Amino acid sequence: MVVPFVWQILTMFKTTAEATRFPPTVLPETFSPHAFETFFSTVPFWSMFGVSAGALVLRVAGQLAIASLAGYAFARIPFRGREPLFGLFVLMLMVPSQLFLIGQYELIRGLKLLDTLPALAIPGLFSAFGTFLMRQAFRTMPKDYEEAARLDGANPFQVFWHVMLPMARPTLAALAVLTGLYSWNDLLWPLIVSPSGENRPLPVGLAGLQGQFGTDYPTLMAGAFVCSIPLVIVFLVLQRQFFAGITSSGLKG
Amino acid sequence: MTSPTTPPARRPAGRRAGASEPSGWWAAVFVAPAVLGLAALYVWPFLSTFLKSFEDVPAFGPATFVGMDNYTALLHDEEFWKAFGNSALYTVIILLGVPLAVVLAALIEQAGRGRAIYRVLFFLPVVTLPVAVGMVWRFVYNGDFGLLNTVLSWFGVSGQFWVADPRFTIYAFGVVGLWMSLGINMIILGAGLRAIPKDLYEASALDGAGRVRQFVHITVPLLTPSIFFVTTLSVIAALQMFDLIFVMLRGVNNTALADSKTIVYLFYEKAFVQFHQGYGAAIAIVLLLVIMLATALQFRLQRSWVFYG
Repeated sequence: MVVPFVWQILTMFKTTAEATRFPPTVLPETFSPHAFETFFSTVPFWSMFGVSAGALVLRVAGQLAIASLAGYAFARIPFRGREPLFGLFVLMLMVPSQLFLIGQYELIRGLKLLDTLPALAIPGLFSAFGTFLMRQAFRTMPKDYEEAARLDGANPFQVFWHVMLPMARPTLAALAVLTGLYSWNDLLWPLIVSPSGENRPLPVGLAGLQGQFGTDYPTLMAGAFVCSIPLVIVFLVLQRQFFAGITSSGLKG
Repeated sequence: MTSPTTPPARRPAGRRAGASEPSGWWAAVFVAPAVLGLAALYVWPFLSTFLKSFEDVPAFGPATFVGMDNYTALLHDEEFWKAFGNSALYTVIILLGVPLAVVLAALIEQAGRGRAIYRVLFFLPVVTLPVAVGMVWRFVYNGDFGLLNTVLSWFGVSGQFWVADPRFTIYAFGVVGLWMSLGINMIILGAGLRAIPKDLYEASALDGAGRVRQFVHITVPLLTPSIFFVTTLSVIAALQMFDLIFVMLRGVNNTALADSKTIVYLFYEKAFVQFHQGYGAAIAIVLLLVIMLATALQFRLQRSWVFYG
């Protein structure tokens, strides 16, 4: 299971000549840092990292706010047309994401946002899945707390913010982790909205590295490692939330 | 949106005063961002893709209505059928990973303390950038000095150019996809496994059933709802495969690329590289239909094998 990763880590300390020898060596003959030097001197890693991280934060924070507000209303505030409107969300949930790409691209281009950081995050601010997940979470909560707060004179936003949202924390965490995973890993959408190559997130930059260093495998392996490791560390810290996110969704976003 | 004024009958009478249901005005404020975003970035793009699939959309200038032309062209396009076949083959390989995930998930549940470590190891490919995964595996598959050919040579098997040779490319991708999906599938199946009542195992153990019999007669039947869920999701995800092709073939090996495109790769190429949006939109609509049909088929088939206890 982890053999490819082990191989990657061994290779990134080899020289290019050693990495392309047959039969290959297992351990590097000398630990050579050249791959990392090449990677960091030719790839604007920190700016790409900043773009990836910025887009992730924007998307996760925005989606949690928007989806939990709507999810709460769909679960707890009766209003006319609620069920058909929610039905529309469920319908969009079932449509594969590629069906939205052309229209989303046109919109981003129309707003003159191509090659910007907001372009990466905007579609992901809104999520039928997130709204659905939050609605399910709020529906299962006891009504008593809500009514007690209302009796104390809290307005609906206060009830939502101070009473209901804290109780939804596990679902929020699962959704945050799942949305973050998508945002960090996504290749197709960033590829489409960063045509000039400015403000690229890590996946796009890393894919570009292949064209540049086609056979310099140590550099490619080092790049792949450096770009992946931030999320791997987050995963190791927040394992439980990752597993909860996957279980609740089956990775459909 | 009006406010419902009659409180539900089941509410205790004493609570009624001061605790009225929030008005529809509040609901409107709460759902407005989500609804506007959904309308602008999902509902409208979806309708626009649908409409564009009946249009000839040049890169510049106005679109013209062409009726079913894009679809007719698609049905006569060898490249599309090739991509369709590739996506189908890839999906079948991914599905082979489901039984594997069931066995592994069952083994790991019994691993006791080691469980946490195994779960993390199997999950690492899920949290690694797919682009990075593609790069690593391209190196493993390398025909001249890749790890796979090295291992094969120990057994006297001659190496192949797994990615560059179009006879093998989709299979090579399938293995990577399967490897990437095991972690997700095992987590979902693990949750299903823990929901199976323990006393069933105890009772059958008293009756002399061994581990294997328990697995076949208790675990698998009771896990079928989870297996069905995983299967359905796997098919949907596999039909949307894109990243691996982009990373392992594009700009690296164009000869194999021509024979190894998937539906979504073809969609990307038509709509966003060549900017034939009408044609691209038609591919997207066909993808939707394929996914809907595959899912409907599975829901139909589940009646014969999924056990809802």
